[in-house]
Amino acid sequence: MQSVFTGAVYVVRDNIDTDQIIPAQFLNLVPTIAEEYERLGSHALCGLPDALYPTRYVAEGQLDSTFPIIVAGRNFGCGSSREHAPIALGSAGCGVVLAESFARIFFRNCIATGELYPCELTARLCEELKTGDEVTVDLDAATVTVKASGRVVPLKPLGDVRPVIDAGGLFDYARESGMIDQPAATA
Amino acid sequence: MTLTEKVLARAAGKASVQAGDNVWVNADVLMTHDVCGPGTIGVFKREFGANAKVWNPDGVVIIPDHYIFTADSLSNRNVDILREFARDQGLKYFYDVIDDPNGTWKFDAAKGSFARQFGARYAGVCHAALPEKGHTRPGEVLFGTDSHTCMAGAFNQFATGIGNTDAGFVMGTGKLLLKVPETMRFRLEGRLQPGVMAKDVILHVIGEIGFDGATYRAMQFDGPGVAGLSMDDRMTIANMAIEAGGKNGIFPFDARTAEYVEARTRLNGTRQAYEPVEADADQKCCYERVVDLDKLEPLVACHPDPGQRKTAKELGGMKLDRAYVGSCTGGKASDFVEFARVVRGRKVAIDTFGVPATPTIVRELQTTWWGDQTIWQILQDAGVRLTENAGCAACLGGPVDTFGRMNEAGLKCISATNRNFPGRMGSKESEVYLASPATVAASALAGKVTDPREYLS
Ligand code: SF4
Repeated sequence: MQSVFTGAVYVVRDNIDTDQIIPAQFLNLVPTIAEEYERLGSHALCGLPDALYPTRYVAEGQLDSTFPIIVAGRNFGCGSSREHAPIALGSAGCGVVLAESFARIFFRNCIATGELYPCELTARLCEELKTGDEVTVDLDAATVTVKASGRVVPLKPLGDVRPVIDAGGLFDYARESGMIDQPAATA
Repeated sequence: MTLTEKVLARAAGKASVQAGDNVWVNADVLMTHDVCGPGTIGVFKREFGANAKVWNPDGVVIIPDHYIFTADSLSNRNVDILREFARDQGLKYFYDVIDDPNGTWKFDAAKGSFARQFGARYAGVCHAALPEKGHTRPGEVLFGTDSHTCMAGAFNQFATGIGNTDAGFVMGTGKLLLKVPETMRFRLEGRLQPGVMAKDVILHVIGEIGFDGATYRAMQFDGPGVAGLSMDDRMTIANMAIEAGGKNGIFPFDARTAEYVEARTRLNGTRQAYEPVEADADQKCCYERVVDLDKLEPLVACHPDPGQRKTAKELGGMKLDRAYVGSCTGGKASDFVEFARVVRGRKVAIDTFGVPATPTIVRELQTTWWGDQTIWQILQDAGVRLTENAGCAACLGGPVDTFGRMNEAGLKCISATNRNFPGRMGSKESEVYLASPATVAASALAGKVTDPREYLS
C-alpha cells in the first residue's frame, strides 16, 4: 500500500462543499460504470468559482489532475452525501486530502470507497502554501514536509480508518477481517 | 441515554450504548433515489454478485425524485436502472415515474415543464415522500443515500445520510457499523410568533453554533416548545441538521407524531407497529441550549453557506432577481399555505418559481379552498410559476433544462431550500439566500429582502 505521496499541491480554502467538488449536473454519471467513473474525474473540483481559483484542478480536456495532493482549510466536503465527490477526486488521481477538518459523510465516504486518504492537519497550511508548491506526505510518520522550506507539519493519525483504506475500502476490509463472509462476485 | 442512544442501542441489540461506541446497527429501512441508486446497485452487484438478493425486499425503498423532468438521456436512463432492479428484486416500494413496469422513462420537453408528466405511483422528493407513504416510524433506523435523510428524525427515529458504498453494504447485509454520536440538546420553549416559521428556528440554531458546529453529532430538539410545532415544522428543523454538519436530528414522540404516523401507515398498508423512544432523565449531552421561540425573528442565511445568519430586517432592501419555493425543506403543503398568506391578492415583482415536494402536495394545494380560490390559484394569480412536476427541481441545480435552474451568472435568488453553497442552484457565479417560505414570499413581492411581517399586519 502506498504510504508516501510526493508532488504538487492544489490549495483550496474553508467550506469546500460537495457541489464544488463535483457539481450536481454531473451526478447523472454512475460511478460503478467504468467509463463514467473516468468522466467524473475530469470534472473534479470544477465547481470552484473561477475568480477565486483561476487554475483548474483538472485542465480542460484532461481526465486526470497534475496535483496528487489537495490542501484545504476547515470543513472540507460539507454538504451532500454524494459518493461521487471522493470518487471524482480519486478518479482524477488525488491520493490524499490534507484538511484542517472534514465533514462527516465525506470523510466516511473516503474510507468506504478507499479512494483517498483524508488526513487532518495540525496547522493552517492552506494559508501558507499555494497551488503548485511541492510537499511529501508520509502516512506512517504522520507528517507532511514542505519541499521549499523543509518545514515538517504533523498530521493527526488516521488511526482505525487507515487499514480500511489500505485494504481498498469497506468491502475489502470487511472480508479481510472476517466481518462479512459473502464472497466477492467472481467476474 | 439520549433519544439517539436509545434508538441505536435497540438497533444494536444492546441494553445500552454511549457516545463514542462503535456498534453494528440493524437497519429498518434503506432509501435510495435516482442520483445515488444506480451507483448503490452497482456496488451491491459488484460485491455480492449479479444474482444476489437484497437483505429485505420490503426494507428497500426506492424513490426517483432528483433528475426526472429533464431531457438529459443519462438521467432518464438512471430511472430505468432503478426500475429494472426493483423488478428483478421484487421490491414492493419502488415509486416509479411511469406506470408500465416494463417501460422506459423519457421526459417530453415538448409538453413543457408545468403540466404533470408522471404516473400514478410517482411520489416526489424522497424525504417528503417517505413519511407521506408510511415509511417513517418512531424508534426505527433509517439509512438513505442522501444527506437530508436526517429529516425523518422528526418522527422520533434515527435517520442519517450515507454514501453508495455504505448503502450497498446495507442492501446486502441490513447492517452498518456506526459510531454513536454525542448529543447536542436544543430545548425549545415558547411559541413561534406570526410571520416566523420553523425554518427560522433552524437558521437561528445553525447561526448560533456555526455550520460545522454539529459535525459528528446528534441534534436533539426537545422541551415544551415542541408541542406547538406541527410535523411539517419538525421536519423542516430536522432536515437542516446536516447543514450544521450533524449526523442526525431527532425529536421526542408525542400525540402528533402518533397521529401522523398511524394515519400514513394505515393508508399505505406499510408496517403499523412501532415503539417510540424516550430520553432518560440522566441523559448525557455534550452541549445544551435553550431556544426561545417567542423571541425569534424572520432570518436569512446569506451566500455562500447556511451559517451566514442575518435578520430579514437587517438585510432589508437588498435587491433580488429571483425567488424559489420548494424542496424537502420548503415545499410542503404548509409552506405553500404560508406563502399564499403573504402573497394573496398581490403580485410578485421578480421571477418566482414554485415546486411542490410531492404529487400529494400538488393535489392538496389544488383542492384546498381559501374563499373562492384554491391555494394553487392564489399562488398563480400572484404570478408564481408553479409546476405540477413535483421533485427536487432547481434545489440542487441539476441538468441545465431543470425547471427554475439559475443558468445565468450574477443572479441573486431568495429560496426556501436548504443549501446555498456556490453553484447550488445552477451557475457557480449565482448567489442563493435561504429563508422561510413567508420571507421568500414577502421578498418576491418587494423584489428585495423583506420581513414578512410587513405584509401580515
Ligand atoms: S429537494 Fe433538494 S435538498 Fe431535498 S432531496 Fe431534493 S435536492 Fe436534496
